[in-house]
Amino acid sequence: MKDQSILKDALVAAFGDAAASVRVEGARPSIAAMFCVPVARFAEAGKVMKACDARLAAEWAVDETVFGGGFGIMALYGKGVELLLIECAVPHEAPVFPSLTGNYLAAWRFERQMRSLMGVESAGHPDARPWIKHEDWPPEAYPLRKAFDAKTRLARVQGEYKWVRAEGEGVYEIAVGPVHAGIIEPGHFRFQAVGEDIINLEERLGYVHKGIEKRFESMTWAAASRLAGRVSGDTTVAHATGYCTALEAAAGCEVPARAAWLRALLLERERIANHVGDIGAISNDAAFTFLLYQTAILRERLLRTNQAIFGHRLTMDIVMPGGVNADITLEAARVISGELTEFSAEFERLVAIYEETPSLEDRTCNAGVLAPPLAKEMGVVGIVARASNQPLDARVQQAYPPYDVIAPKLIRCGDGDVNARIQVRIDEVRESIRLIRAIIDGMPEGPLAVDCPAPRPGATGISVVEGWRGEIVWWVQAGPGSEINRVMVRDPSSVNWLALEQAIKGNIVPDFPLCNKSFNQSYSGNDL
Amino acid sequence: MLRILHQIWRTGVVTEPLPPLEEGRVTLAGERLEEEILKRFRGSLTIRFVDAGSCNACELEITAVNNPFYDCERFGIHFTASPRFADMLLVTGPVARNMEVALRRTYDAMPGPKLVVAVGDCAYDCGVFGESYATVKSVSDVVPVSAFIHGCPPPPAAILGGIMAAIGKDGAGR
Repeated sequence: MKDQSILKDALVAAFGDAAASVRVEGARPSIAAMFCVPVARFAEAGKVMKACDARLAAEWAVDETVFGGGFGIMALYGKGVELLLIECAVPHEAPVFPSLTGNYLAAWRFERQMRSLMGVESAGHPDARPWIKHEDWPPEAYPLRKAFDAKTRLARVQGEYKWVRAEGEGVYEIAVGPVHAGIIEPGHFRFQAVGEDIINLEERLGYVHKGIEKRFESMTWAAASRLAGRVSGDTTVAHATGYCTALEAAAGCEVPARAAWLRALLLERERIANHVGDIGAISNDAAFTFLLYQTAILRERLLRTNQAIFGHRLTMDIVMPGGVNADITLEAARVISGELTEFSAEFERLVAIYEETPSLEDRTCNAGVLAPPLAKEMGVVGIVARASNQPLDARVQQAYPPYDVIAPKLIRCGDGDVNARIQVRIDEVRESIRLIRAIIDGMPEGPLAVDCPAPRPGATGISVVEGWRGEIVWWVQAGPGSEINRVMVRDPSSVNWLALEQAIKGNIVPDFPLCNKSFNQSYSGNDL
Repeated sequence: MLRILHQIWRTGVVTEPLPPLEEGRVTLAGERLEEEILKRFRGSLTIRFVDAGSCNACELEITAVNNPFYDCERFGIHFTASPRFADMLLVTGPVARNMEVALRRTYDAMPGPKLVVAVGDCAYDCGVFGESYATVKSVSDVVPVSAFIHGCPPPPAAILGGIMAAIGKDGAGR
């Protein structure tokens, strides 16, 4: 198909022989293209991608010492159904590459993180402050480098984090976090405000950095799926599926059809449970507690069914390399189906209440607007993108099984406000109910899993999965002994957090919790 | 408005009796407070929660402790935004290096006697994340812990039961 090679064709046209095509294992043909470009032309390749209207989906670094190399700098671009990986190699003695920040806002934090954790320098990056690694870390400690022992106890050093400051009459600052008022994850928000109006918000995250990417490198491929399922506990199915799919791509392992369908069943249940909980939690931040408790009841019932059928309330550790380790009986399928009927009726009653409560809509409409052009420019994904009219859904674009058969509808809303993010969730809950019914009706018989071999030395694999927050990217690479050499995770939060800073501008301080909740990004998935 | 009232009437009371705590779910640690003090907490216990590095699964289940099925408030247990009002500190996660100071400060800001309950396998021994450059060994290496609630994540009934066990309260609320 022509639209599957727009980026590739543009790169080849601009670079000719200077862009060397490399084979990369991908689960589907559309994510199979990878090119190496000379380091000096890395940003130029980014410019070519930008001219094609592509987004920067992820950017990361790999220490290739074990292969006798330096560092690999990887950038993943996406446009419609097409994804393209562009790599350049930099030597250990001079780990410098040209920054993509000139063309891509998303590159700001990617490259700060690469510098902080891997020690690769992006020349021309306007922000030299560390990211994830706080100011009291020794600056020269680079945990993701192969030479760095994961068990190292690092000293605390003196350091200072320079916040963006606003000055002028009546400007004041509010510092919030890392410990927040509710039962949520930690992060720091620094507001500059005049009266009630927020003129700038700066986030500082990294508080829950627990060395997940490094931890993978000491694990076996099989055991690591348990860790993948805890990158973000609310997204356990999607992350475990992402990791396993990338590994299976690298290993050339074909997952049985029934396993793929069961993964999708769990994924859609995870989506419904999180969306319905969010709808209540957002309403609660507008002081409408009634919906919080009502949706909490719906969520609790779903989790109890998970416990009864799959043995875990959040369905952790069911997705594993090569397939899944739990099946549903005919009786279980009937239970799930019956539950959906009751759930759906109850859910629609609550939606009707949401829609006819003007005092609630007064808070959610026109608050926290992320205008569609800005959403596109920032490269946001998932519900945040779709609420700002971006046609992005990996289940639709990548159409991995069983989504090629059950064909999810692309949900969108153009307003970009808190209400739009609620509306997208409401419509996605409805659509997921339809998808689960289609999965139950169409699920093929067959084995639940096959043995997933270790990838051959040096093999890489990539996967894209649409979790409830949005597109999740995993990339894995086997070392010379087929062990894990590098695992890269890009949670939707890594790109969407940046957009919250923009969406909040001009809103009033008391609306921040509401806007923040409507994004509901992961701290753990971002900090890793 | 009528629709809301109708929905409340339809929903009724969903709160359930608390099931007994499973064997091995809770490890009591450290010195026990005097019975007289614990007795007072049994009527009213205020909790400050801190995520010190969790994956967010424990947070989901602690949030569920507040839902109408478990309804922790019926036992006089409620969550507060400020450590200044807190009798108990509830901590999750393999304490991340970047959260160690914040955790200690929250503990320092509480009035005595300071009860600490650590929730989840990570809070006990870093769990699946392991000890590393980015984590501290256990919550008990940063602040003194009265009880550990095991599980990944522990279900809401176990969290609620564990909190009550830490103050010597039984499932019937006595």
